[in-house]
Amino acid sequence: MDLDLTKEQGFIKSSAREFLKKECPVSTVREMRDDPEGFSRDVWKKMAVLGWQGIMIPEEYDGMGGDFLDLALILEAMGEVCCNGPFFSTVALGATAIINLGTEEQKKELLPQISKGNLILSLAVAEPQQWYGLDDIQTTLTDTGQDLVLNGAKLFVENAHISDYILCVAQGPGKGLSVVMVDPRSPGVQSSPLSTFAYEKQCNATFKNVLIPRANILGTMGEMREDLEGLLEFAALAKCLETVGVLQAAFEQSVEYAKSRKQFGRAIGSFQAIQHHCANMVVDVDGARFISYQAAWRVARGLPASAEISMAKAWTGEAAKRVTALSHQIHGAISFCDEFDLHFYYRKAKACEAAFGDVQYHLDKTADRLGLV
Amino acid sequence: MEFQFTEKELAFRAELEAFIKSALPPDWQERARSWPGGYGAMEYDSEQDRQDAEIFKQKMVDEGWFTVSWPKEYGGRGLSNMEQAIYFERTSYYRAPSLNIATAIMGPTILQIGTEENKEDWVPGIARGEIEMWLGYSEPDAGSDLASIRTTAVREGDEYVLNGQKIWSSLAHASNYGWVIARTDPDGHRHRSVSILVVDNNTPGVAIRPLINIIGVHSFNEVFFDNVRVPARNLIGQENMGFYYLMTALDFERLIVNIGAFKHGLEMLCDYVKQTERGGKPLGKDPHVRRKLAEIAARVEIAYLFYWRTATLLDRGKIPSVESSALKLVTTELSRMLANASMEILGPYSLLMDPTQGAPMNGMAPRGYLDCISATIGAGTSEIQRNIIATRGLGLPSK
Repeated sequence: MDLDLTKEQGFIKSSAREFLKKECPVSTVREMRDDPEGFSRDVWKKMAVLGWQGIMIPEEYDGMGGDFLDLALILEAMGEVCCNGPFFSTVALGATAIINLGTEEQKKELLPQISKGNLILSLAVAEPQQWYGLDDIQTTLTDTGQDLVLNGAKLFVENAHISDYILCVAQGPGKGLSVVMVDPRSPGVQSSPLSTFAYEKQCNATFKNVLIPRANILGTMGEMREDLEGLLEFAALAKCLETVGVLQAAFEQSVEYAKSRKQFGRAIGSFQAIQHHCANMVVDVDGARFISYQAAWRVARGLPASAEISMAKAWTGEAAKRVTALSHQIHGAISFCDEFDLHFYYRKAKACEAAFGDVQYHLDKTADRLGLV
Repeated sequence: MEFQFTEKELAFRAELEAFIKSALPPDWQERARSWPGGYGAMEYDSEQDRQDAEIFKQKMVDEGWFTVSWPKEYGGRGLSNMEQAIYFERTSYYRAPSLNIATAIMGPTILQIGTEENKEDWVPGIARGEIEMWLGYSEPDAGSDLASIRTTAVREGDEYVLNGQKIWSSLAHASNYGWVIARTDPDGHRHRSVSILVVDNNTPGVAIRPLINIIGVHSFNEVFFDNVRVPARNLIGQENMGFYYLMTALDFERLIVNIGAFKHGLEMLCDYVKQTERGGKPLGKDPHVRRKLAEIAARVEIAYLFYWRTATLLDRGKIPSVESSALKLVTTELSRMLANASMEILGPYSLLMDPTQGAPMNGMAPRGYLDCISATIGAGTSEIQRNIIATRGLGLPSK
């Protein structure tokens, strides 16, 4: 049992933090918010030089050959600066899907391009009438014998506007689910950005009689439910790690503020009420980190992790609400101003909770795993 | 990062588990009533329970389970803090009567800071389970503020003369010695003027008065010292260094949070829910019940992770202070949460105390609901733990 990072893991985490502090501080995130593309291609290229996009890609496909814990540490660092952009959708979702589900040809063609930062991906699961998970998918993939045809509408397709491929989940052919890689320039594909809470670039996407080349099928057509469940769990856990970073930063800023801000002639951090808020944050941030690391460690080792992931997602989501609210409470009115950065963390924490299953959804999954039915 | 036990730790765990299962009376789980985190529900209510606990303890002593982390030359197994942590986890999971505080706290403290005489006098008896001690820390006007204690010990020749009063002395009536802090230098610095003395309960002038707790159990006592003459060789370590020894003793106390009992409590509650129907529907389908239990399951997981972190730090030779405060905070809040959830889920049945007809979960829930109050107060209140985290851990100013 050892809850500390190894030397190598510590290096990944500290170098990721340093890089992002320099290249992507919250001021840059502020600029990205107002940028129609929503990210800096310059930062994206620099990440690729460091090998981030290929962190989990095997070395034979020009990746770094790391495991999920390595990705987790980068995501944690990104959470600390609320970094938006296509990293999550391309690496945590897209690259993972191709590594796990792709054919040899697909891997050879796509993975080195992802590693180099030449390919941006997004995943399309959610639909307007749908809650979390994979029930009620109404987008259809039909096989006419000659052609594969995609029809439907998706929501929360992050970065569809700049993606080279949208990985789209569809019902069919038949009763099962499929995953297809859609070139957004194909006839019949339309997407437009949604105005979103945490300024990440979420889009809607509609597919009208879109022809899909057979080479663009990921995995086994019509039999993808189990794989997709795994992918969504993986995504939920990746969001936990991002959340941990968000909370760590909000917490650290609050402690620093409590030390320097004076009221009634003394630092507010000397008041027990503030001290106890800070102590409660320690428990929440450390707890969120440990439970997420534990699940990440299981994923990295290839051990069953569904129960741990759902517990981690439920806990971090709940902890996120408490920690970010306390951060605002400690900062007082200034934190309510747009020009102050704290609202980015408040927003990001909530957006992370809502992504891939919120607290209630994952509590329900946990209850299932406790045998309560 | 490594979230699993080593082969050696797994083997230790399996051997211990086999011992516990074979040595406990077969119906012990139905009889055991201790609530995780609480300080007021004793492990044994009846004379039969007490005798069985004694037999179990003797088996532990005979088979060397009693002094897991003690050095081999003092009759221990010389194992790591992680193994000690596994020991506490498994024994608390099975609600085994394992917690002799003299073995867990005073023995290791004496081994670390005691004189040769101290070791000779106390260590063998503690290791054999013959010496049981109560903690004489708190006083009526010094709850969490231990540096302000007023009990005095004045040296007269080969004796100390002890005067004063202790309170919340758990099990003083069921032990044979007190581990008492007393002021030995009336003019000294707050932290350099107290000493630790071991006091025989049978010394003239010691009066133990029971305090019956909220559950109706005699767990606490008030202890009065009226010119009690304590042999000077019962001074532990050096005079006036008691406060520092107390900190050492606290290091050994850090893993005693009954961590396994939380998991057991959650499992009991889940079993109840799985076996119960309400309004013709399985209780396990009730969304409120499901989410409540799921939340507790996540918190139990978190508590375990704080627990293993503390053990890891101890094994690395680091003194966990902030980390063990966090562990205490997390587990005692969990105690309340588990109790509240039990009461909610059991509804009107939650009011049935044991023994009475139809009390679910052996009447554990109402006892837990009463006992959990003590969890966030005893051994340093939650507020004190938060102060420690904020000032020592985060460096927030004290003024």
